[in-house]
Amino acid sequence: MAVTSSHGSTRTWWQQNQQTLTPWLFLIPGMFMFAVYVVWPILSSFWISFYDWNGLRAPDGSSTAEWVGLGNYAELIGDDAFETSLKNNILWLVLYMLAVPFGLFIAIFLNQTVWGIRMYKSLFFFPFVISQVVVGLIFSWFYAPNFGLLYLLTEWLTGTGTAILADPNKVTYGIIAAGLWPQTAYCMILYLTGLNNVSPDQVEAARLDGAKGFKMLWYVILPQLRPATFIAVVVTVIGALRSFDLVSIMTTGGPFGSSRVLSFYMYEQALSEYGFRMGYGAAIAVVLFLIMMVFISGFIWKMVRDEKEGY
Amino acid sequence: MVHMKAGTLAVVASLLASGSAFAEQRVLTYYADYDPNPLAAMEALIADFEAANPDIDVQLNNFDHEGYKTAIRNFLTTDAPDLANWYAGNRMAPFVEAGQFMDVSDVWEANGLGESLASAKASMTIDGKQWGVPYTYYQWGIYFNKDVYAQVGAEVPTTWDQFIANCEKFKAAGIDCLTTGTSALWPGAGIFDYMSLRTNGYEFHMDLTAGKIAWTDQKVRDVFAQWAKLVEPGYITANHAAIDWQDAAALLVQGKAANYVMGNFAVATFKEGGMTNDNLGFMPFPEITPGIPRAEDAPTDTIHIPSGAQNVEDAKLFLAYVASADAQTKLNAALGQLPTNKDSTVAADDPFISAGFELLSTSYALAQFFDRDAPAEMAKIGMEGFQQFMVQPGELENILTRLEEARQRIYQ
Repeated sequence: MAVTSSHGSTRTWWQQNQQTLTPWLFLIPGMFMFAVYVVWPILSSFWISFYDWNGLRAPDGSSTAEWVGLGNYAELIGDDAFETSLKNNILWLVLYMLAVPFGLFIAIFLNQTVWGIRMYKSLFFFPFVISQVVVGLIFSWFYAPNFGLLYLLTEWLTGTGTAILADPNKVTYGIIAAGLWPQTAYCMILYLTGLNNVSPDQVEAARLDGAKGFKMLWYVILPQLRPATFIAVVVTVIGALRSFDLVSIMTTGGPFGSSRVLSFYMYEQALSEYGFRMGYGAAIAVVLFLIMMVFISGFIWKMVRDEKEGY
Repeated sequence: MVHMKAGTLAVVASLLASGSAFAEQRVLTYYADYDPNPLAAMEALIADFEAANPDIDVQLNNFDHEGYKTAIRNFLTTDAPDLANWYAGNRMAPFVEAGQFMDVSDVWEANGLGESLASAKASMTIDGKQWGVPYTYYQWGIYFNKDVYAQVGAEVPTTWDQFIANCEKFKAAGIDCLTTGTSALWPGAGIFDYMSLRTNGYEFHMDLTAGKIAWTDQKVRDVFAQWAKLVEPGYITANHAAIDWQDAAALLVQGKAANYVMGNFAVATFKEGGMTNDNLGFMPFPEITPGIPRAEDAPTDTIHIPSGAQNVEDAKLFLAYVASADAQTKLNAALGQLPTNKDSTVAADDPFISAGFELLSTSYALAQFFDRDAPAEMAKIGMEGFQQFMVQPGELENILTRLEEARQRIYQ
């Protein structure tokens, strides 16, 4: 013991603590970025949400913000536009989930060896590759009154054309449908890679036991696709909560605000031409953040649990 | 975002013009948001100004039009130029209240601008002082398709009742009497402005946009009652809420719609669609309540001196120059818009410009436009209300209650 301790005293401080310090050293750049670009903006959003501020500073550089405490949150409660946005966000969350079964269906349909299947797969994947803005434009032309394909089709069928984006009761469904197009493709590709890893032995064994059709899918294939399903649900939930681009491109929240979602309402209040209510926008951002946190903590909790159980 | 090219051009031009005097030149920085056509017009004005004042070098930094609206909020504090573009009316109020714009009443006084820019003075005034100088505006009114009028045998109306009576004829012929595209909201506000100005007059409209009158007031209801005469029988283009203003312009060009409440900038769009001075008509919005002095919408573009400006003296010289009759005549001829100086002249060969000049210079007073007269937040909520009214007229009570709640919160 004496030898080791005397030997230890000749080791420098760095040598003694190398093992514990190294991982932190590697983490520092990442943690720095995370703190500056993620944690700090979140905290400052919380902070700004307690102020009434139009984003302007006086010539001497002092802020024109005024402390209102929870005033912005109190206003949110009675705000019809906020209620509409919240409702639409829920609608998005629920209906956007359809992308998961749709994606699974297409993936199973495409998971076969036919000549040229790779080309079909890439064609189905295509909508995910093009930008959301382009998707939004294509669909707004598709829905456009007077010259859009859907309008002309409904006019031909029923005599009066339906302008989805002009109808406050249909507009959100119209936008979600546009969003489902690329999202389905995304889920499909996740399931296609998942299907590659389905063990042929188990399928063979199940077949010998007489399983087929829906039972085969439900009891044999789907359990093996659990990791793919998990990821598909995660990206779809986050995609639904982030649904900004399509709303902005297709309707800018209209007609009269009926297709707003929280992220768009936040942008409108804080940064758009008629906005610059930084505090109120920040309050909406905080609410959206808390909603997202419910899901994100759920996902993290599940991942940690799975890791412990050794999935 | 910042296009340095214009600035560089100005530097090169002044280098060529002044040669050895360059070292003594005083620099005047100017941030603006011109589209290509107006940019050329303003560059010509700057060249004239520099020729008249060889010791001043104006450096124009031109921004993207939309980006400018955000950029100005930053550069006024961090990197203030000597001159900056903005808009009249309530649009400049936040900057005036934050102390970001300089009081230029002395420029007005010294150059007699109160006289020559009389029509725009009210909209440049806050707290009895002037905060900038207007250089251009344009008229709003009703643009109509003359062929369609001839087709159904309608006369150009001068009163609201005649207008409504014409609508019946258009409806019978399957033509939209009034078209609009409110997907960007503001075209609907143009209709509201005129309904309000013609029903209750200028003073009432300005009090309303200034938040002094309740939206549930009977006189506001009267405005919507007149408007309902268009909405309820379906005289306005269906699905306007999903149509851009340009697409609505196409309906007018194609003869599917008869009238369009618009600003004069739309003339270029109608003409691109194939209309000419022969079949495109312009009329002032018809009279609703007889005897009310005629006021018009005329959004005004302005130049201001930020409080952080370095070269205030020359900036004031430039403002005085921009306000002068000759400079405005030349600038607006190139812009295709109207000079705000009453001593300026306009091109007689453009019927829309001369009609507009006549219309505005004989009008009782000028409103800026709903989204410039009302504070931004009220404007947004109001324009959504107008759009909703034109889609769901039965919801009027809810709309007015919502606007009134917003008014009490915003103007408190």
